[in-house]
Amino acid sequence: MKKIIATLTAILAMGFSSSFAGTLVINTDLTDPAPKAAFEWAFNKFQEENPDVTIEVNNFDHEGYKQAIRNFLTTSPPDVFNWYAGNRMLPFVRAGLVEDVSDIWSDTGWVDGNLTEGMSHAKKPMTIGGKQWGIPYTYYQWGVYYRKDIFEANGISVPTTWDEFVAACATLKAAGVTPITIGSKYLWTTAGVFDYLNLRTNGYEFHMALTKGEIPYTDPRVHAVFDKWDELVKPGYFLENHASLAWQEAIPPMINGEAAMYVMGNFSVALFKEGGLTNDNLGFFQFPEITPGIPMAEEAPTDTMHIASGAKNKTDAKRFLIFLSRADVQEEMNKTLGQLPVNSGSKVDPDPFLEAGLNMLNNAYAMAQFYDRDAPAEMASEGMKGFQEYMVNPDRRDKILERLEKVRQRVYK
Amino acid sequence: MGWFSTTPFLNVPNSIQITYRKSSWWKLNQQRLTPWIFLFPGLLLFLVYVIWPIFNSLYISLLQWDGLSPAIYVGLSNYIELLDDEYFYISLMNNLKWLILFMLAVPIGLGLAIFLNQTIFGIRLIKSLFFFPFVISQVVIGIIFSWFYNPRGVIGPFLDKLGLSNYAILADENFATYGIIFAGIYPQIAYCMILYLTGLNNLNTDQIEAGRMDGAKGFSLFKNIILPQLKPATFLAIVVTVIGSLRSFDMVAIMTQGGPYGSTNVLAYYMFETALSEYGYRMGYGSAIAAVLFTIMMFYILFFIYRMYQSEKKGL
Repeated sequence: MKKIIATLTAILAMGFSSSFAGTLVINTDLTDPAPKAAFEWAFNKFQEENPDVTIEVNNFDHEGYKQAIRNFLTTSPPDVFNWYAGNRMLPFVRAGLVEDVSDIWSDTGWVDGNLTEGMSHAKKPMTIGGKQWGIPYTYYQWGVYYRKDIFEANGISVPTTWDEFVAACATLKAAGVTPITIGSKYLWTTAGVFDYLNLRTNGYEFHMALTKGEIPYTDPRVHAVFDKWDELVKPGYFLENHASLAWQEAIPPMINGEAAMYVMGNFSVALFKEGGLTNDNLGFFQFPEITPGIPMAEEAPTDTMHIASGAKNKTDAKRFLIFLSRADVQEEMNKTLGQLPVNSGSKVDPDPFLEAGLNMLNNAYAMAQFYDRDAPAEMASEGMKGFQEYMVNPDRRDKILERLEKVRQRVYK
Repeated sequence: MGWFSTTPFLNVPNSIQITYRKSSWWKLNQQRLTPWIFLFPGLLLFLVYVIWPIFNSLYISLLQWDGLSPAIYVGLSNYIELLDDEYFYISLMNNLKWLILFMLAVPIGLGLAIFLNQTIFGIRLIKSLFFFPFVISQVVIGIIFSWFYNPRGVIGPFLDKLGLSNYAILADENFATYGIIFAGIYPQIAYCMILYLTGLNNLNTDQIEAGRMDGAKGFSLFKNIILPQLKPATFLAIVVTVIGSLRSFDMVAIMTQGGPYGSTNVLAYYMFETALSEYGYRMGYGSAIAAVLFTIMMFYILFFIYRMYQSEKKGL
C-alpha cells in the first residue's frame, strides 16, 4: 500500500511539475549519431541552466521528417523544430506556420546582447520579407576534397585557377586516374558542381538572381557556365556511371586511389576517414577561381532552429533559441557535429578540414545555401534532373536549358 | 389481443401464431435487408477510403495547391500542362513497356509450374524455393538487384568478359527501365507459377486419359486438353500481372527514383514525385497524373468486370 501511494505521489508530482513549469516540445530529425549526441548535450545543458523547463523531444527519422513536418506544423505544432535556411523554409513562412523571431536578431529579446555581432554574416539566409524566422546553429563548407598523395605522385600542386584545375584533370586522366568522382543518383551532388561553376563564372549576385528566377536559363551567362562545365564533362573527367551511384558509393573509388577529387561538403570527411584515408593523404582546397576578379563566394548550407507559430510555450522556445545561438553552446555542439559553428565567437577543434573551412568562410564574400535551398523546390528538382542529364549527355545542353527555362517561367510566375 | 380474431379458424399451435404476430415490416423485408446490413461496414469503408478519395483527387486536380497555402482554382490548366510535359510521356511509355514485358511472367510461370509439377523426392522444398521471390519483400528484391547491376557488383566481372566493362544498366537512360522490369518480373513469375501449380493439381485426370486414348500427346495434349482446363488460372494470372505492372512503384522508387533524369519514371512514381516527394508538393498536378492513371486502370477494370459478368452469366 505504501508503495502504491508513493508511486501515485510520484506520478502526481511529475504531472504537476510538467504542467506548472514550462514544457518545451521539440521536434527534430536527429537520428544520425553525431547530431543526436550534440543535441543531447545541448538539451541537458539547457535543462541544467533552466531547471524549471522540461524538454520533451519528438525524434523523427531523417527522411520521414521532411513529410512529417508538413503535418505536425499544421495539426499539432511543437514549440521548437529544426529545419533549413533559405528558400526551404519559405513555404512554411508563407503559410504562417513559423514564428517571427526578429526581436532575437535585433537584440531586443536577447539576454546576452551580442547576437547581431556574432551572427550578422548569417542573417541574410534567415530573412524573408525583412524579418528573421529562426536561428542558425551549424553550417559546413563545400569545396574540393582530394588525394594529396596522388597529386604529389603526378607532380600536381593545388590548383587556384581554372586553367590549373583543368590541367590537373588532364594530367590525372593521362595517368589513368579518374580526376573527379561523383555519385549523382540522388541528383543533388550535381548541383554542388553547378553552384560553384556559376558562383565562380558569374558571381554571387548572378547566382542568387538565377535561383530567385530573375534570369532566364537560356541566358548567355548560363551558357558560359556550361561552357566551363563542358571542359570537364566532354573529356570524361568525371567518374563513369555516376548516375547509378549514391554520393557515398562514389567515395570508394577515391579511397582505392582510382579517383583523385570530389566536389563535396565537409560531412564527407567522416566517410573518407572511415574508409582509411588520413589527414596525410586527404586534403581540401577551395574551388578555384574562374573569372578573375570576381569575389569568391562559398557554398555553406546552414541548419537552423525555428519556433512554430502555433507553439504553446513561446517564452521558453525563445529562451532555447537564444541559448542555441550562444558562442559557447555552438562551439561545444559543433565539436560533436564535426561542423562549423555559425557564431563567430566560437572556436573550432584543431582539425585541418574545419580550420580550412572556417578560414575560407570567414573570408568569404558571401554564402550560398545550395541550389536546392536557394531555388524553390520545383525549380530545384527540375534543375538538378537537368544537370544530371547534361553530365551524361553534354550534347543536349540546349534542349535541357530550354526545358529549365520553361519550368522557370511556370514556377516563378 | 387483435390477432385472436384473425386466427381462430387456423387451429395452429401457439408458437406459429406468435411468428404470425411478429410478421412486422422487418419480418417482411428481412430477406432483402440482411445483405445490406452485413455489407454496411464494408460499404462505409469503401465509401470513405475509396470513393471519396477518387472524387476528392479529381477535384484537387483542378487546383494549384502546395498542401499548406490556400488552394487556387485553376480549371483544367494542370491537364493542359500535362500535355506539354516531356516527363509525362516518358512515364506513359514506360508504363506501356511494363505492361507488355510483365506479361512474360505468365508463360514463364506456366513453364516453371509444369516443370515443377512432378512427384520426386524433395519436390516440396524445390517448389518453395521457386516460390521464395514472391515471399520476400519487393523492397529487398529492388535493393538486391541494384547491387547486382552495380558495375562493381556481382555481374560486373561477367560483363567485363562480354566486353561491356563498367556497364551500369541503371545509369543508361535507354535500358534502365528494362533493368527494373527484369527485377520486378522476378517475383511476378513466382506468383504466376503458384497460380498454375494449384491449377495443375486440379486437372481432371479422366480427360487426360481420354485424350491419351484418342492419341493426343506432347504439345497437342498440352494445348487441347491441359491448357483449356487451366483457363481460370490463366485469367487470374493475367489479371494480377496487369495490375502488378500498372502499379509498379516500389521497384522504381528503390532502384532509380525515376532516374537517370526521369527516364525510368512511371505514372505512379511521377505522381508521387510531383505531389509528395521532397521537392514536390504540387498536389494539383500530381492529382492530374493520378486522374490519368485512374482512367487507364478504369478501362482495364471495366473490361475485367465485364468478363466476370459474362462468365457468371454462363455459369448460372
